[in-house]
Amino acid sequence: MNTSATEEAPATRALLTALTLVLLVVLLLLPLIVVLTEALQHGLAGVLATLSEPEALAAIRLTLLVAAISVPVNTVCGLAAAWCVGRFRFPGRGLLVTLIELPFSVSPVISGLVWVLLFGANGWLGPTLDRLDIRIIFAVPGLVLATTFVTFPFVARTLIPLMEQQGAAEEEAALTLGATGWQTFWRVTLPNIRWGLLYGVLLCNARAMGEFGAVAVVSGHVRGQTMTMPLQVEALFNDYDWVGAFTMAGLLALLALVTLVVKAALEWRIGVRGGGLL
Amino acid sequence: MTVELRNLHRSFGGVAALDGVSLTIGQGEFLALLGPSGSGKTTLLRVLAGLEFLDAGEVTIDGRRMDGVPARERGVGLVFQHYALFRHMTVARNVAFGLEVLPRSRRPARRDVASRVRSLLEMMQIGELGDRYPEQISGGQRQRVALARALAIEPRLLLLDEPFGALDARVRKSLRIWLRELHERMGLTSVFVTHDQAEAMEMADRVAVLRAGQIEQVDEPDRLYAEPASAFVHEFLGEAVRFEAVVEGGTARIATLPGVALDTDCPAGPAIVLIRPHEIRLRPGPGPAQAVGMHANGPLWRVRLALPGQVLEVLRTEGAWRPEVGQTCDLDLSRARVYPANSMW
Repeated sequence: MNTSATEEAPATRALLTALTLVLLVVLLLLPLIVVLTEALQHGLAGVLATLSEPEALAAIRLTLLVAAISVPVNTVCGLAAAWCVGRFRFPGRGLLVTLIELPFSVSPVISGLVWVLLFGANGWLGPTLDRLDIRIIFAVPGLVLATTFVTFPFVARTLIPLMEQQGAAEEEAALTLGATGWQTFWRVTLPNIRWGLLYGVLLCNARAMGEFGAVAVVSGHVRGQTMTMPLQVEALFNDYDWVGAFTMAGLLALLALVTLVVKAALEWRIGVRGGGLL
Repeated sequence: MTVELRNLHRSFGGVAALDGVSLTIGQGEFLALLGPSGSGKTTLLRVLAGLEFLDAGEVTIDGRRMDGVPARERGVGLVFQHYALFRHMTVARNVAFGLEVLPRSRRPARRDVASRVRSLLEMMQIGELGDRYPEQISGGQRQRVALARALAIEPRLLLLDEPFGALDARVRKSLRIWLRELHERMGLTSVFVTHDQAEAMEMADRVAVLRAGQIEQVDEPDRLYAEPASAFVHEFLGEAVRFEAVVEGGTARIATLPGVALDTDCPAGPAIVLIRPHEIRLRPGPGPAQAVGMHANGPLWRVRLALPGQVLEVLRTEGAWRPEVGQTCDLDLSRARVYPANSMW
């Protein structure tokens, strides 16, 4: 029998496809099913009971608050950084790109720890803040800082290659046609990057709501006050409150699913109308 | 509308893009900036548009100094090399852009904008494309849209960066004539950048030849061709046969043609002798050249001649005498021009 490379291909392909599917089921689908079945083991009543607890509500509120602050901040800063890096050549540009990506390469725990070292009771600025009665660590500002730091690269990283590829010609054309800087930004720059920007914001938001490591370090785990949803999941789990833990986890998973759907829709949109992103 | 450029300097990372450019552009003139890539012609155009800054020198438009005047206040229309159309806007919105960003006090009513756009598109002969997006139209149509967009602001000065660079040869030819007519009809003052000497010679009233950030010569096309000021201009503006020579006591002698002596004002030392292929006359004779090949090129014949140490091509009209392949002949280089050798790179 002739077993040339071309004849082997279908078998190899089938094997690889099967392997991928198995991995997909074991690593992604199974956990999701476990989360949902565990949450629903006492029926919908158990889920609703968990969600009506003040602690759970506080965690959801806090997570939304932290995201509502850090995502807009990172959107604006990421846009500014991407514009700066994508449009101009200047000394130190490479260093700036490295700094933008720093949060990706640093462990989230370190990302939280730096704020403790800076603002904590024994940190550099701790005594001063204590005198002024400003609380950052083990309080909401610390959570916002840690989350913002960890999620900073998403918007900038999505936009930099896009803006570099698009070039500045359209913006220059707008300027020669009499547009001001703001008009150029709103009418030319922003429409050209809108899908990329939305994509970056979406990823940023998903991470902001799901972040655990950095937040765990600065939170202090004060129940009902500094517990975000991921932290609440861990706390409930440690309390052997399976339904509670998996209900919160299910909510986060649901968020991930929504993100995934919107992301897929965006990618489809970007692919179909190349004018938007490319 | 006159533009005055005085001693412009601009360098990027130590490399001079403009190295002392001075030039006056008159009302209604159609001026070409011609030069190889890297000669500074696009930089010069961007300086005029206000998109590039100067290290030294000054630009005045109608007597007003332009330093510190931002691009949007210059009233200069620029057609970009790749058109830079707003990809997320329809053709009509592209053309309307310059009117829509005007301050409210000077902005025409919506209806007037629409009719202005329509008449501009019709003038560009693309009246039916208003609702299309840039990615849905051809290169030649995009160029017309870019032109309409630049003209919508009624610019005092129209700048075009390689306006035909991205088009194929046939479209290019017809657009050249059309653009030249448009310039006349609208009474524009235009400056366009090109690296194609045929384009510059055909369209422009005057051509400024740039090289390494400096203007080598500014002249009308025919004078530029007939009386190039330097070996660079001579070679850039058309085919030329080149000989190495030495000048001594007002006479240039060519190394590969010991019999030839040309009178010249060039200082003594190494020199370059340039002559266009059709300017070389051939006579029957025992040498020094020998025909090694030939082919018809339209109504002209290209004759390849071998000299000791050099092969050159000569153009002959159909009726003129030409040697058979293998036959020897004598060259008359009396129309050659001699340039000091240091004027080349």
